Amino acid sequence: MIRFDGVVVRYPRAARAAVDGVSFEAPRGSITAIAGPNGSGKSTLVRALVGRVPVSAGTITVDGDDARRLDRRELARRIAVVSQREEPAFPLAVRDYIALGRHPHAHLWSSVDRAGASAVERAIAEAEVQPFVDRTTDELSGGEWQRVRIARALAQDARALVLDEPTTYLDIAHEMAAFELLDALARRDQAILVVSHQLNLVARFAHRVVLLHQGTVAAAGTPSEVMRGDVLERVYDWPLVVTRDPAVGAPALLPLRGRRR
Amino acid sequence: MTASIGRVGLWALLGVAVLLAALLGLGIGPVGLTPVEVWNALAGRGDTTAVSIMRDIRAPRVVLAALVGAALAMSGAALQGTMRNPLAEPYLLGVSGGAAVGAVIAVASRVPFGLVPVGAFGGAVTAVALVLGIARVGAGRPDPRVLLMAGVVVGAFANAVIMVALASSPPDAIRNALWWMMGSVSAATWAQVGWLAAYAIVSAGALIFYAPEIDVLALGDEAAAGLGVDVDRAGRRAYILASLLAAATVAAAGLVGFVGLVVPHLVRGRAGRRHRSVIVAAGLAGAALLIAADLVARTLRAPSELPLGAVTALAGVPFFLIQLRRYR
Repeated sequence: MIRFDGVVVRYPRAARAAVDGVSFEAPRGSITAIAGPNGSGKSTLVRALVGRVPVSAGTITVDGDDARRLDRRELARRIAVVSQREEPAFPLAVRDYIALGRHPHAHLWSSVDRAGASAVERAIAEAEVQPFVDRTTDELSGGEWQRVRIARALAQDARALVLDEPTTYLDIAHEMAAFELLDALARRDQAILVVSHQLNLVARFAHRVVLLHQGTVAAAGTPSEVMRGDVLERVYDWPLVVTRDPAVGAPALLPLRGRRR
Repeated sequence: MTASIGRVGLWALLGVAVLLAALLGLGIGPVGLTPVEVWNALAGRGDTTAVSIMRDIRAPRVVLAALVGAALAMSGAALQGTMRNPLAEPYLLGVSGGAAVGAVIAVASRVPFGLVPVGAFGGAVTAVALVLGIARVGAGRPDPRVLLMAGVVVGAFANAVIMVALASSPPDAIRNALWWMMGSVSAATWAQVGWLAAYAIVSAGALIFYAPEIDVLALGDEAAAGLGVDVDRAGRRAYILASLLAAATVAAAGLVGFVGLVVPHLVRGRAGRRHRSVIVAAGLAGAALLIAADLVARTLRAPSELPLGAVTALAGVPFFLIQLRRYR
């Protein structure tokens, strides 16, 4: 379980804190979604989690341990992260790239152990990237690369998976497949924390939604509790209506034509 | 992966290339020797002149060229991965400028010529410390882009210092200093080979050991942090190891350009793409190429010698241009 408790992150020379007292939990066995407009602090939360930005107040705990006190490799064995952007400086063979997910488990001197090799194969199967494992990372489309990155995170064999905008480059089928995969992982008692702009998908897959606005939590709860027209209109500053998805009954967001109020 | 003979096959091939280059380097010269004569002379048999040419002149020279080439190429391969920049090379972080300042100051202050390498090494290490220090002050941590700029700035400053020192030196001192800066392994001794080998084995061994971290660093800071790597510490370690390796070669052979930039690109992709295999293959290829370059340097216009750094650049540029075409 990942738990944010009153977390404040302040970038140097910034007028206001990027994240200002955010608290929520991402429990095991469910999908927790972080949503919110651009610049609301979503990615900063992910960076704070892996220690790339200093937390000036509050704590982040992983399975009850303070993330900042955990050894980095231990943290990486507990949480796998797919960050928003990533570009290898030099192309790698896709299978080698996925095998880098074993880095926190392997000793520097040993090559991938037997458990590692089977974890890599399992990740390749689960993320459905078999068709291009023999290519290099510069020979992939945007969508293929995104799936390969998810495969690398799966190979990391962590109990929690954090994804920052995982479906940005994916078409409808791969986007759905990615969320179905997250759902299956959650059913296997993983904690899934996903940052996403796709509110309609979030409404159908996430168990809980944390809606951020200017670094604070504007609303949190089940998708039906959070996705209310008045709340979303205020946070996104755009006219919209929330209806019911006719097929599955989940809340569905429909932005209206017009302009900022 | 490109259709290839595999990583181990390529290592073997490069190993053969090193041996072949060494055999040519040992056999060719004012006194030509067949491979059999080379072998006999190395073993101390046969003509005493041949034995002494082999043991005192050519063998240390060939081994020194191999060590310098290997060290520069490995240093370049590691820096390119760590800095995520295909233009990174061993001299980038102030090594060349610092070494040149150290050498010029040593020459200008008329210390015995044997102490010039000490001055060069001291200058290189000082400059690297300065560059890492500036980058840390500027960014709070050594960001590759800030490092790059710090390296350029320190290099420019070093150039200015060199010009001032040379402008106020007698002509013979200038000539000595310039000759040294053009790179050469002509004054190789076993003592030199010995300490460079000891130094290179330790630093290169450490680079090879930490190569998996370089793989992860090459993905970018955020991805590396997510994989449990202390980005700042691992990066700093790679910078220091690679720069010290280059600094040692500078002390032994002056400035030999282009090897550290070009050789990693020649082997990357062919020798696999993980940095452990890239670094090992770059070391072997660098050794073979620098032995060959030194052979060209001393035979093309014999009995006078061309500067080794000029030969490597003249041969390296066409290679590099071919490589650039493959990129785009």
